[in-house]
Amino acid sequence: MNVLEVDNLSKEFPIKSGLLQRETGRVRAVQDVSFTIGRGETLALVGESGCGKTTVSRCILRALPPTRGSIRFSHAPGSSIDMAPLSRRALRPLRRHIQMIFQDPYASLNPRMMVGDIIAEPLLVNGVAAAQRQARVRELLDLVGLPAAARTRFPHAFSGGQRQRIGIARALALDPSLVVADEPVSALDVSVQAQIINLLLDLQDRLGLSMLFVAHDLGVVRHVSDRVAVMYVGRIVETAPTTALYSTPRHPYTEALLAAVPKADPALRDQVSAPRGEIADPANPPPGCAFHPRCPYAVERCRAELPQLQEIAPAHWSACHRTAELLLRGVA
Amino acid sequence: MPQTPMVEPVTSARHALSVRDLVVDFVQDTGAVRALDGVGLDLHAGRVLGVVGESGCGKSVTARAILRLIDRPGRIASGRVLLDPDTPAQQDLAALDPEGKAMRAVRGGRIGLIFQEPMTALSVHYTVGNQIIEAMRAHSDMSKAEARQRVVALLHEVGIPRPETRIDAYPFQLSGGLRQRVGIALALAADPQILIADEPTTALDVTTQAQILALLRRLQRTKGVALMLITHDMGVIAQMADDVAVMYLGRMVEFAPVTQLFAAPQHPYTRALLRSVPNLRAMPRERLATIGGAVPHPGARPVGCPFHPRCPEIIKGRCETQAPPEIPPGERGASCFHATVATMPSDAEATA
Repeated sequence: MNVLEVDNLSKEFPIKSGLLQRETGRVRAVQDVSFTIGRGETLALVGESGCGKTTVSRCILRALPPTRGSIRFSHAPGSSIDMAPLSRRALRPLRRHIQMIFQDPYASLNPRMMVGDIIAEPLLVNGVAAAQRQARVRELLDLVGLPAAARTRFPHAFSGGQRQRIGIARALALDPSLVVADEPVSALDVSVQAQIINLLLDLQDRLGLSMLFVAHDLGVVRHVSDRVAVMYVGRIVETAPTTALYSTPRHPYTEALLAAVPKADPALRDQVSAPRGEIADPANPPPGCAFHPRCPYAVERCRAELPQLQEIAPAHWSACHRTAELLLRGVA
Repeated sequence: MPQTPMVEPVTSARHALSVRDLVVDFVQDTGAVRALDGVGLDLHAGRVLGVVGESGCGKSVTARAILRLIDRPGRIASGRVLLDPDTPAQQDLAALDPEGKAMRAVRGGRIGLIFQEPMTALSVHYTVGNQIIEAMRAHSDMSKAEARQRVVALLHEVGIPRPETRIDAYPFQLSGGLRQRVGIALALAADPQILIADEPTTALDVTTQAQILALLRRLQRTKGVALMLITHDMGVIAQMADDVAVMYLGRMVEFAPVTQLFAAPQHPYTRALLRSVPNLRAMPRERLATIGGAVPHPGARPVGCPFHPRCPEIIKGRCETQAPPEIPPGERGASCFHATVATMPSDAEATA
């Protein structure tokens, strides 16, 4: 049973110019993106800046209206509803089931509210009685590893890592069916980052969390996710179970991404390499496969024809014309 | 582009800069906050010193102190920053007037600086070319036409396509990666012998980061400059550094050649830091080793060893009261009672 089924999701932003602000073009930020998240599963959406991963997450939260496509969400077995066309009012009863963990723990907590009130706010909004709220806040603080005394203190008294724990407690307050985490550890120091990664892993085990994990750090993603979808210029180019994606990537862009990560081992220096060129402009993507100008394996067909996702191994999909013949290098 | 893992012995290289016992305070109403607490390090021509640590450890303050860019209420309380040490031309930058002519000749002249966000160094109002030409002419008596020619060559050297047109671009017309290349060209404008790069790739995507690191490596090799590379990323350190200084709360807690640091880290903080780095080869749902707590505020510096409240190997009654010995400059070692700093052989002896 899937919590989320996204089908052919597209999001376009108009480019307006001139005195009359006429639409002169469109940025295709997300194009025909499809994926599912199973109950208890964590799917990571990875890619470089501008690839559309945050736009996808914002469409799922319905912070942005999608241009096309469907977003089927199931918060209880048997119920499934397409959120894409819903009005704000119709969305309201669903919102409690999808919660978000933010990147910046300094900007996402109200500095004038006590921590207990911050965590209790979603409960209050949803009409939970005061006594139950108190008990739930205590439970949540314990769950994320904060002392009960944190309740009566203000966010400024906490470090970045502790603030991120507060944000996680707030996100979990209503027992959401899906948590969307957009770069939840990228603003943290590495020692604190490790603590929060472990906390997320614990919560996955204990609560069976379903999570969409948006991140650019492939090291972090390897620890946290069950499956990975790699995006490039608005499209998913490869998706696979985490171990398979890292050990046997089937798209040249995934290979390039893995090769570009600096490895924390001086003996592996010569294994780090950079693809040529720059990320394509989503307002003006290259024809055919968007990666072809940077791809070392590109042939004539790649310049002309858009490759479709095809399943080349169980649950392993790649959008590359040459995926069957290429032997790409992973980080086994 | 593959990079050769080549680590030459320290001894062959000339000292370009020596920092000794550097102390920087930020004076506030509530008293002085010590940001640097006796830092000593050496930069060598043709070598890369990696400086690594978490936020608040003093790595950027070290760079800014060397360049005399510490703003009020910060000040260098004591210590020396020796340019061309042990030569007749030796000068102590810590003793110079930060606004004076001598310091201005060093800043951007002898020592180039690369920022995390290139727009820190670039103005939005001038073309890329104008800004680099200005930097070039501030440190030499080149004509404008001559400088312009050199800038085109320099932009080409840092990998900017079509430099003869890009020279007239404004920074906002360039992508993040190209802008950082311009930032590097600007730092190289006056042919410095020393480059200080403060998190030069932190704001960049991973493929762009790989390109910029490869560029820095190539320039550093071909020009023989001493590069001080500040980063929080152990991967970047492993890939780029010849020697590594690990900093924690304003002190250098470990110094070692890069292969030794990763193979046999001596300080408990270094060990913990290395274990907490997410691994591309991790097992599914693999937990990371963590360090308890968080980096304390420099204003609440613990007594004794600054790492003792988080240290899993604390020696009760000693680490909370006494500061562990400092590492003699240039020697492999750790500032920890567990590490026998004084008897550790230096890198030169170890590799001989």
